[in-house]
Amino acid sequence: MTVLRTIGLTKKFGDFAALNGVNIEVGEGEVYGFIGPNGSGKSTTLRILLGILKATEGRAEIFGKDSWKDAVEIHKRVAYVPGDVNLWPNLTGGEVIDLFIKLRGGGNLDRRQELIRKFDLDPTKKCRTYSKGNRQKVALIAALSSDVDLYILDEPTSGLDPLMERVFQEYVIEAKKQGKSILLSSHILSEVEKLCDKVAIIREGRIIETGTLKELRHLTGTILLVETREPIPALEGFKGVSGIQQKGQALSFQVDAGEVDQVIRYVSQFGVIRIESSPPTLEELFMRHYEGTGQAVESGAGGES
Amino acid sequence: MARHLFDGTGTLMRFVLRRDRLRLPIWLLSFAAISAIIALAFVGLYQNAEERQAMAETMRNPAMTAMVGPGYGLDNYTVGAMTAHEMLLMTAVVVGLMSILLVTRHTRTDEEDGRIEMIRSLPVGRLSNLLSILLVLIGANIVLALLTAFSLTVLGIESMDFEGSLVYGSALGASGMIFAGVAAVCAQLSPNSRNTLGLSIAVLLFAYMIRAIGDVTNEALSWISPLNWILRSEAYVNNYWWPILMTVAGALLLMVLALYLNSIRDLGSGFLPSRPGKGKASKSLLSPFGLALRLQRTGLIAWGAGILLIGASYGSVLGDLESFFEDIDLMQQMIAQSAGFSLTEQFIPVLMAVMAILGTIPVLMAILKLKTEEKNGRLEHILSRAVSRNRLMGSYLAMAIVTGFIMLSLAALGLGLVGNAMMEEQLPLGMFYSAGLAYLPAMLAMIGVAMLLIGWAPNAASTVWLYLAFSFFVIYLGGLFQFPEWVAKLTPYGYVSEIPIEEMDFLNAGILIVVAAVLMMIGVIGFNRRDIGR
Repeated sequence: MTVLRTIGLTKKFGDFAALNGVNIEVGEGEVYGFIGPNGSGKSTTLRILLGILKATEGRAEIFGKDSWKDAVEIHKRVAYVPGDVNLWPNLTGGEVIDLFIKLRGGGNLDRRQELIRKFDLDPTKKCRTYSKGNRQKVALIAALSSDVDLYILDEPTSGLDPLMERVFQEYVIEAKKQGKSILLSSHILSEVEKLCDKVAIIREGRIIETGTLKELRHLTGTILLVETREPIPALEGFKGVSGIQQKGQALSFQVDAGEVDQVIRYVSQFGVIRIESSPPTLEELFMRHYEGTGQAVESGAGGES
Repeated sequence: MARHLFDGTGTLMRFVLRRDRLRLPIWLLSFAAISAIIALAFVGLYQNAEERQAMAETMRNPAMTAMVGPGYGLDNYTVGAMTAHEMLLMTAVVVGLMSILLVTRHTRTDEEDGRIEMIRSLPVGRLSNLLSILLVLIGANIVLALLTAFSLTVLGIESMDFEGSLVYGSALGASGMIFAGVAAVCAQLSPNSRNTLGLSIAVLLFAYMIRAIGDVTNEALSWISPLNWILRSEAYVNNYWWPILMTVAGALLLMVLALYLNSIRDLGSGFLPSRPGKGKASKSLLSPFGLALRLQRTGLIAWGAGILLIGASYGSVLGDLESFFEDIDLMQQMIAQSAGFSLTEQFIPVLMAVMAILGTIPVLMAILKLKTEEKNGRLEHILSRAVSRNRLMGSYLAMAIVTGFIMLSLAALGLGLVGNAMMEEQLPLGMFYSAGLAYLPAMLAMIGVAMLLIGWAPNAASTVWLYLAFSFFVIYLGGLFQFPEWVAKLTPYGYVSEIPIEEMDFLNAGILIVVAAVLMMIGVIGFNRRDIGR
């Protein structure tokens, strides 16, 4: 069942098109990774989904309802952590957490205590004294204490230390087990890889790749690490081979999905001592999309800031 | 080693001047200009020595002593003596406030926002930042003294010679310096910028209050307050320099103390412990209105106390009004003449109008807080939860209306209670109260204008302040400049019934309320349609 969906979402700020026909779809119980560099339109998409910004064109729906018109109804079942958490300097962390929980319509107080302990937050301190990470913890604790069906998290771990990042991941996995859906925007690719079932890559306001990690990998092919007795000649020009790197005695390279058989046959002539294959990491996938169009990325970067 | 404590001070001073290249000149020029304008106004208001002497007589009462300080030169009340006596204390308080704001801005606020950390990571001495801002303020206050002295001298008023003007200006500058010292010490003691500001202003108010109490009861008590010291300079009458030198010496001592304290404390900490806050929110916080109220509570209390004080001080002069105004043509011009009412009664609507417009300031701040919250990215938290935009805006509207009601009530009560205590013939308190609340519809209309702007032109929302300033100008000075009737009608305050000299006009009030409601509704519609963001 679809929990969240955007169809042809377009947002213009004056002449600048921040989003250009974005389509994403999050199913029930899915953890959906939303990745892309700064200024590519991640936060704009999330804000439209929350009814904070109004789409210029296209539709954004959550639980089958329009995210602009039915915002309040939708928000009773959604928890959101913004990318840049600004709090009231003269309220304490504890007060802000309670306020946030109450404004959604209540939450679990035992869970609030547990989360404060797990995230190691001092709730009696004024928000003005909190670091970025601590402000993020406040927003995360408020979000995770609420019993909701959908979590929308905008780079929730960008200020957290690795220990806290792990705590966060445990809670995401737990929420997923309970059948909750999560839309996670991030540029920490290892995190997305660990948590997400599906991934969408956005660039300059367009989704350029979407699917499960497996599908994305299949499209890209395999990374091979080969050590041979004799050097392998003319590998550079071989069809479907790219990204050749010398790693100690061995060579590492990427092979396109349809060409694995040909490449293995060719390589085996030179006395294989060791061969390892691995799926490409998300980082490699991501880089491939951006490196391939270096020019476009550079010109697009001017859109932000 | 000690040498390196101050490395880079010169560069940082230039940096401070660069950051305040508008702020500082505006402050300094305003003081010089206002001093000159007031002196000129006195020349215009009191044509001859007899009129001034009549004024001097009204100054001989405890209420005036408490407000502006003990009188001097009352036997020969020249324009110079009058200006110095009536204006020095109030101006000195505001000069002190300027110093406090500037010192806090460049010390704890910068520290809290992490900017000092970046400066300190550069090859810059540990005390350079504090020293640079202190030196800038010493310089600024010297400029203030000279600027005021010159602008008062060039007016060519007979009783205002250069030496007197220099004493007057220097008294202001000395006040600025000593409160710069106070703020610098408070910045070391407090754990954050808000407390620094609060503590410094508390010291300033304490200095004012203790002097007021001391001047009326026991003069020895007054000597605790530096504001009393500068009053002792008796500019244009005796021109004493020693109180000014004493104040400057006090300021320098405080600054040295601040530098010492700064050298022994850690960045980001203070000597007063920061109390832990509540780990849990109280029930009253847990709604958009509760949040709006909580965020503005301190401001509301401060404004309420201020308005009450203004009401009370206007009330304290009501008793002397009749005798005071009879001789002064200009004042009579400012007040609409109507038969069958005493001068006091005719003066009440004028006072209420001024207080209502002043009281509109916190009202507009309350509604414009919505815009501030949006700009600081905090509305996102609220709107991403189950809170509609109607409810959000409604909460701030409610906050603004409550604020307006409180301000008008306090102004009317302060005026009425103290006024009745001072007058021989008492006026009914209910009349004062209705004279005050008659302004509520006009306040609502101002809120409506603000909401319209927030809804449709959020970036222009602060232009409502210009409208308020225009209203003040028209209403306060309208009578004096003999503006045609329709000019006053350009502001909502022009439609308010002038109780007690006019009957309450419910039709006008009703129309104002309807206009306000329509503006508010259009504002809400706009707010519902637009993007929320910075």
